[in-house]
Amino acid sequence: MVGCALGEPAPVVIRRAVRFLDQRSGTAPLIRKALRYVFPDHWSFLLGEIALYCFVVLVGTGVFLTLFFEPSTEHTTYHGSYGPLAGSEMSQAYRSAVDMSFEVKAGLLMRQTHHWAADVFLVAIVLHLLRVFFTGAFRKPRDLVWYVGVMMLGAAMLEGFLGYSLVDDLLSGMGLAIAYSVVLSIPLIGGNLALLLWDGPFPGADTFLSRMYITHVLILPVLIAVLLTIHLLLIVARHHTQFRGPRASERHVVGTPLLPGYAPRSIGLAFGVAAVLILLGGLVQINPIWQWGPFETAQATNGAQPDWYLGWLIGGLRLMPGFDVTIGDYTLVPNAFWGGALFPLVVFAFLFAWPSLERRITGDTAFHNLLDRPRDNPFRTAVGAAMATWVFCVFVAGSSDRVAVWLKISYTAQIWFWRGAVVALPIAAFVFTRRLCDALREEDAPAGVRIVQA
Amino acid sequence: MNWLVALIALLLGRGRRRHAVPPERVVAPATQRPGAELVVIALLALASLSALAFVPIYALDSLRHLQTQLFGLSLGLAFAFLSAACIVVAKTLVPEEQIVDEYSEPEHAYEQATVEQIVDESGSRFTRRRLVKLAAGGAGAALGAALVTPAASLGPFLDVDQLRRTAWRRGVRLVDSDDKPVRAADVSTKSFLTAFPEGADRDAVGSPLVVVRLDPDSLELPVDREGWAPEGIVAYSKICTHAGCAIALYRTPLHEPTSSKSAFVCPCHYSTFDPAAGGKVLFGPAGRNLPQLPLMIENGELRAAGDFSGPIGPSWWGVRWGNQHRS
Amino acid sequence: MRRVAALALLLVLAAPARADDVTRGRRLYVQGCISCHGPQLAGVRAGTQPRGAGGVRGAGPPLAGVGAQAADLYLSTGYMPLQDPNDQPLRKTPLRYSEDDIRALVAYIGSFGGPPIPQPHPERGSLSQGLRLFTENCAGCHQMGVQGGIMPGAIAPELLHATPTQIAEAVRVGPYVMPRFTRRQLTDHELDSVIAYVERAKHPVDRGGWGIGHIGPIPEGLVAWLLAGVVLLGLARVIGERSRS
Repeated sequence: MVGCALGEPAPVVIRRAVRFLDQRSGTAPLIRKALRYVFPDHWSFLLGEIALYCFVVLVGTGVFLTLFFEPSTEHTTYHGSYGPLAGSEMSQAYRSAVDMSFEVKAGLLMRQTHHWAADVFLVAIVLHLLRVFFTGAFRKPRDLVWYVGVMMLGAAMLEGFLGYSLVDDLLSGMGLAIAYSVVLSIPLIGGNLALLLWDGPFPGADTFLSRMYITHVLILPVLIAVLLTIHLLLIVARHHTQFRGPRASERHVVGTPLLPGYAPRSIGLAFGVAAVLILLGGLVQINPIWQWGPFETAQATNGAQPDWYLGWLIGGLRLMPGFDVTIGDYTLVPNAFWGGALFPLVVFAFLFAWPSLERRITGDTAFHNLLDRPRDNPFRTAVGAAMATWVFCVFVAGSSDRVAVWLKISYTAQIWFWRGAVVALPIAAFVFTRRLCDALREEDAPAGVRIVQA
Repeated sequence: MNWLVALIALLLGRGRRRHAVPPERVVAPATQRPGAELVVIALLALASLSALAFVPIYALDSLRHLQTQLFGLSLGLAFAFLSAACIVVAKTLVPEEQIVDEYSEPEHAYEQATVEQIVDESGSRFTRRRLVKLAAGGAGAALGAALVTPAASLGPFLDVDQLRRTAWRRGVRLVDSDDKPVRAADVSTKSFLTAFPEGADRDAVGSPLVVVRLDPDSLELPVDREGWAPEGIVAYSKICTHAGCAIALYRTPLHEPTSSKSAFVCPCHYSTFDPAAGGKVLFGPAGRNLPQLPLMIENGELRAAGDFSGPIGPSWWGVRWGNQHRS
Repeated sequence: MRRVAALALLLVLAAPARADDVTRGRRLYVQGCISCHGPQLAGVRAGTQPRGAGGVRGAGPPLAGVGAQAADLYLSTGYMPLQDPNDQPLRKTPLRYSEDDIRALVAYIGSFGGPPIPQPHPERGSLSQGLRLFTENCAGCHQMGVQGGIMPGAIAPELLHATPTQIAEAVRVGPYVMPRFTRRQLTDHELDSVIAYVERAKHPVDRGGWGIGHIGPIPEGLVAWLLAGVVLLGLARVIGERSRS
């Protein structure tokens, strides 16, 4: 190593490593190609990477947590250092989580970093999804990448929900009761399905907690990892998309090579994501389960909310007017179905269907390696804006109770407002966005030049 | 001393120029920036200091109450400095390059055709292709069904009657959360308490009750609930018929003319039920009235006089409305 | 003997002071309360009186028998006086009445009979019993972290400013639409425990750092988007921009 640091050809150790690798695996040509893989430059292309690094932090902190958490509903009495719970009856699951927070050194850091990573993971996925949607990156040949991505979104939401429900505290237990009711509300099969998943009526048999646990620590992480691998491989196989530019075209991709340009950026981003999550994990409290107390079916607290990425569902449940659809003596559609099951189904169906729907509506079945600026495709941008507005309105409606407390605006008045707004605002968003796109494109092209509608 | 000289030389020296490069350069050339290098080294040093602080923080017990915050700062800042170092490298110490590559072929028609051909030719010995395919498909489906069947063991999915069963029968005594029998005299007006069936599983959805005492003259119970409210004491299932949360709010006016009327409210989605009118839904997404439990008073203690007026818990496909009165 | 005389003298001197309070209290009552609560605390039914003191058209419950307990609660929190009888009484600062005035009004209303001001002892209560009882009886409205809550038609106020005496009073009185809990349902010792829990919840153990409001996922989501999201977007912009070389 001596003498290698100051300007000689690459050090002997690199030469030896590459030789070893190539002789044992034959991958030197692949590595050579990979090192100069071209990454198109734009800050918005980094959002998916942020999500990826959040996932890495989740797995890392998650492994630590599995070494301390006890996924058991067995009753025990608390004898730890948190006074208000002294002598209280609770499940081993809850007790192990409280002990992890108070008795295990660095335990609370890991718990909080893990939970913040989950919340930020979904922030990054949503931002990434919006970027991909509004630039048309999901078009052929990358629609398969999009489907895999939407699957990961669903898996991540479920994973997060299971994660914070494992702890068996009052807040998350109420969420499980609601999830149970939404499953129950599915027409025809709801009762059977709920009994199957919970191994009996709510709160379910003891197996339910261990079922959540193994799904959360093994089944879903493996699923997400596999989907992620497919997602990345497909992207590399077809190469990243890029914005229009001087040399950028449907045939040529322009950008920064992996080595030396992109690698330090990616690594810097990875460390940056870790830094943000760990700083949050140490400095900003999240899910202080010792303040909620253990869950019991007969107890509830005001102001209970799910984690942010499920806020759209609580909004859906709260906004529905009160009716069960019945025929004579028979129940057809219980109320919880609309806001808790149909609403997310419609949104996910839209996400899955959009690539082929757009092809059908616009007649554009060509391959696209170049991205649209949102304004270049007013139809898609307006539809996306309307859809996003719809979901966002329902989401905001879900927090009306705390708004009522903070701003002293009547809860019932807010609900009536949002019932109207979730219909009116998306329509307004569609019209407004369409006009905005057209106006922006007029600015780009000087007057007198015809703009071809995308 | 030598190490001190070396350190000074390293910090003040500018690093030697690269030797002549091989004729065909792959990576574009760029100037060197020793100043930026120093910044990177400084950031790495700060990262090291931050990370090293972790161990003494961990070891010191006196910092127990602040430990999580100090851990977060130490490790978080270490990563932050590392990130900063990488970014400085990315922006100032690697050659700026914009290179061009080609997107791969949209399709490979020749290989696609060859694959088709290979598959087709491989099956050249078959004469009854459709039948064989049908047989194979059938075998696959049957095997699939067999492999999926053990999933039925996950739960008693056929026994949906369980969803209707509760521990309440005529004569079952009401107890509070300390297992003490609830006496009628314990239930005052404008008060509410949670009760459970004596000796039964408290966590079952059919178990918890809310019990309140109303003015008998204000009761407007359905006609077939004559006698369900001795002394005006009424009991309802505590589990909301919307989405299964415990109905933990009781809105009960001290002065009726200037406040909303008495009601149970569920804190999850604010379904509101009228205890004087048989659990009628007043507001919110619940589609079904709250089931009422008939009460009787025996030796001053409250006992159930029967099972609930309707199915308990959140509505599902199997809920029969029968003689339930709707909103 | 001399001690008895001294005691008697003290009692004689103290008595007029209390009688003074009641008289002053009656005067204050006539000035500010009678338009809703009626002469002799008899209450006023809506629509039976033209506008009274302060321009308020009265409609208030009778107060005979509510005792010093309820009077102290409503006056020391500022629930009363209430501008519009249809409004929810809410905590007000600064209080309309001074401490002396409140004492006088309480004495006057208490002179009509009813429960005295309670003397809670939260230091004798058990925190863990308090947590359990609070969860079962109070959290549904006031929220586990005493941050307050809502229901259609009313707000359950936060308890961060409630004194132990006020909590004890509210539990026994059941103001506005709050249920009341008698000693049969919640003994004095259990009430002490509940108050101990509330006192602790005002300054909860935030081992994890900044408590961001103690109401759970809404502030957490805001931090995830507005703190982490903004920082990471900024980071992406810094990294993604090509530097001018």
